[in-house]
Amino acid sequence: MSAVDLVDFDTALERYDPVLGIEVHVELGTATKMFDGAPNIFAAEPNTAITPVSLGLPGTLPVVNRKAVEYAIKIGLALNCEIAESCRFARKQYFYPDLTKNFQTSQYDEPIAHDGWVDVELEDGEIVRVEIERAHMEEDAGKNTHVGGSTGRIHGATHSLVDYNRAGVPLVEIVTRPIPGTGKRAAGVAAAYVRTLRDIFRALDVSEARMERGNVRADINVSLRTSPDAPLGTRTETKNVNSFRSIERTVRFEISRQAAILDQGGTVIQETRHFHEDTGSTSSGRVKSDAEDYRYFPEPDLVPVAPSREWVEELRATLPELPAARRRRLLGEWGFSDLEMRDVLNAGALDLIEQTVAAGAPAQAARKWWTGELARVANEREVELDGLGVTPAQVAELQGLVDGKKINDKIAKQVLGKVLEGAGDPAAIVEKEGLAVVSDDSVLSAAVDQSIADNPGVVEKIRGGKVQAIGALIGPIMKATRGQADAGRVREIILEKLGVDG
Amino acid sequence: MSTTDPIRLSAIDQARALREGELCSEELTRAHLDRIAAVDGDLNAFLHVSEAEALATAREVDTARAAGEELHELAGVPVAVKDVVVTQGMPTTAASKILEGWIPPYDATLVQSLRAARLPILGKTNMDEFAMGSSTENSAFGPTRNQWDRERIPGGSGGGSAVAVGAYEAPLAIGTDTGGSIRQPASVTGTVGVKPTYGSVSRYGLIAMASSLDQAGPVTRTVQDAAALHELIGGHDPRDSTSLEGGFGSFTEAARAQDVKGMRIGVIEELEGEGFDPLVRARFEESLAALEGAGAEIVRVSCPNFQYALGAYYLIMPSEASSNLAKFDGMRFGLRVVPEESPTAEAVMKATRGAGFGDEVKRRILLGTYALSAGYYDAYYGSAQKVRTLVQSDFAAAFESVDVLASPTAPTVAFRLGEKTSDPLAMYLNDVATIPANLAGTPGISLPSGLAEDGLPAGIQFLAPVRADDRLYRVGGALEALLEDSWGGPLLAQAPELSGGIAR
Repeated sequence: MSAVDLVDFDTALERYDPVLGIEVHVELGTATKMFDGAPNIFAAEPNTAITPVSLGLPGTLPVVNRKAVEYAIKIGLALNCEIAESCRFARKQYFYPDLTKNFQTSQYDEPIAHDGWVDVELEDGEIVRVEIERAHMEEDAGKNTHVGGSTGRIHGATHSLVDYNRAGVPLVEIVTRPIPGTGKRAAGVAAAYVRTLRDIFRALDVSEARMERGNVRADINVSLRTSPDAPLGTRTETKNVNSFRSIERTVRFEISRQAAILDQGGTVIQETRHFHEDTGSTSSGRVKSDAEDYRYFPEPDLVPVAPSREWVEELRATLPELPAARRRRLLGEWGFSDLEMRDVLNAGALDLIEQTVAAGAPAQAARKWWTGELARVANEREVELDGLGVTPAQVAELQGLVDGKKINDKIAKQVLGKVLEGAGDPAAIVEKEGLAVVSDDSVLSAAVDQSIADNPGVVEKIRGGKVQAIGALIGPIMKATRGQADAGRVREIILEKLGVDG
Repeated sequence: MSTTDPIRLSAIDQARALREGELCSEELTRAHLDRIAAVDGDLNAFLHVSEAEALATAREVDTARAAGEELHELAGVPVAVKDVVVTQGMPTTAASKILEGWIPPYDATLVQSLRAARLPILGKTNMDEFAMGSSTENSAFGPTRNQWDRERIPGGSGGGSAVAVGAYEAPLAIGTDTGGSIRQPASVTGTVGVKPTYGSVSRYGLIAMASSLDQAGPVTRTVQDAAALHELIGGHDPRDSTSLEGGFGSFTEAARAQDVKGMRIGVIEELEGEGFDPLVRARFEESLAALEGAGAEIVRVSCPNFQYALGAYYLIMPSEASSNLAKFDGMRFGLRVVPEESPTAEAVMKATRGAGFGDEVKRRILLGTYALSAGYYDAYYGSAQKVRTLVQSDFAAAFESVDVLASPTAPTVAFRLGEKTSDPLAMYLNDVATIPANLAGTPGISLPSGLAEDGLPAGIQFLAPVRADDRLYRVGGALEALLEDSWGGPLLAQAPELSGGIAR
């Protein structure tokens, strides 16, 4: 790749006003495909989750998946959209081997949902409202794998394989209106917007919404203009950016790149671009000009989708609590400070803490585990918290052992370590490995007698009134019991035996 | 001709003979296969004959009947299926090289219905490639010849199905009608064809030409046979979103009623004047007179927008076809042509489509691609859709004052092979009377009106409101009886005997 001139991000934003536009595709978690009875499953053997309809065999016809329509309406409602009283599908026509019919069945000028908005909370707690232009239903394409080239790309490949398992998987595409006024927060707004949508999809239970699986894919449009009053500049569209971090990097790179072009008096080319994870840069894809003609026309094999108002209101009434409202509620219920709450959100621990609390742990204790020790280990292992292999129920069980004085904090960390290694549930580990705090007086009494006998000098000091010297007697006992003795009870027994008041 | 020759009986009478044990399905099926073997070398009505499968089904029916099982009325009566209809395990080409050798892994819904009722499927009938044409000359596998005169076209696109029943190769056949492909071949071969209400018969498994216009229907020798076959293949199909839910009257009862007293028949003024040959018009007028004599009332109605129907059709049909035929690209099924230099996917698609499609198919793909292009869409596809709405309004207005509409089915009798192949526009004009029904989704029937120019058959067409297909069978059944009385038997009995026919 030839070197690209870049202007420092902050410098660029002194001279230019960025405008964003984001298209998010979400794969719906329906049992079957958008227009077809084939199963909608991930990672099956290639070309097994297919029917004659998925393959677009001659004579086959589409039938709209009612569940997918329901999910699309729910997404529309959650994004404060109008839901169309009647809308049609359209054929978007282009030839490509991953497209079984050489057209994609989509929606063109009649989206099922339109004219909405969503509030996006940035990391510093500020709220940015993003206007939604439309949300429409469509089908996914199959997947090409290019074989023989060095990079897995089509360039240099000797042949390509096509897997149609994904062909026909239902998608909803959500398109924003231009997002102005983000300035230096442009990158953060872009990522926070997609994260907000991801959280909404999960709350609605319409998709697993796993970025790493491509359940949620974002196309990031960026343009620059000299001032907020100037007309919109020429935009580029970086396709299929699949992580929050990559979204931020894409925005930053495009702002830096476009600023350099504009600084030199050049013009930004309207095109699609690709993001490269390794370098954090984008490169030119195909030029997207008006010459591209998809020859859209209404899909004649389908009748219009006309969701009754009763159905829409029924769905509206059964919408679950959405993430922003839930965060406000939990903040109140848990009594966290704003700062604590932000840490929780940034750690992606909200759901886990809620489930831990539901399993019986106090909120603060749950927070400490997930944003403390567990966050540390997750960071070390470079995985998400929910990928650690520890369940909220296990964390609640662990905290229950601490609160019940079965184990102390130090042992609790040890037990957690073993849970993380996959040794089982905390109570069973404590039982099996004999880690429970020793508070059996008969055991402790013998250890105390031994310690008193071994340390006559210390005993003298305590009897002489220097009670704080008692630590020198407790230490050997803890050592002898490998930390499992209940230190408080040991202290009581020593004082009792020495006839000294604590 | 012997009156006991079973293949010359109507399908209903063949069914009766089977029920009454006068013959078994295996004999009947074998007789049709023999007839195909004897005459189809000349006629080329069949692209594929499925002898073993047909005989197997026939024997199953005979066994089941012997065991006293309850069977469908038409069980054991053979049927031929137009090759645009997908048949599992049986070649399906739509008469195109691009599908040569393709064996479908599934059955069209209507084929499932035929199999469930245990009609032996004799094979797949010839047609214009992808049902694009009015003469069956666009078949990649050679034209079908008219059994009245082998130098004449059998109509199209369903010339194979029409000739198959007209030449006693099959008692029943399936056709599809996008702009007249069932009715116009019926007209020029002296047979009966019905284009049902759009949505009456499932389109699942019909290789689509124009989705909003295509409709499968019966191709037979008698109106009662058509009604029975229509009832068998009709009905709601959840796999076709445009399929209609019930609400149809009984077709077979209507076909048997033979009562047109008080029926109001509207003659479409725009479809009886110039362009229609004199004897075709004469037979049409005589048919109307016969109906009037039987108590029907004949009135003149105007459908002023029908004059724009042909133009609108030749925008909508190619637009949809250009899209529907995009899937034939050499990637997943059918023909694949790999160019030696630079065998990229795009190059394979180009080479495959270039070699696999015939000229008429390419012409319509080009027309449709152009009509849907940015900047032209509104002027072409958009305007055509408006005309379509106007045609529908014409029908609605007409059906406020009449029960059915009538016109000659086609402007002329069968023309000579090759006569119009170099003039697409002249070819397209064959469909002028049949196209409005496809644009409006209304049902239509064509049945013989008599012999016209050159002693060849002409047809009369009736059209009814959406879902009122039963009216077609009522008026058709009545007219058929009246005319056969005047002719002293079926019109087909006047067709020349074919050489090489089996001993009778």
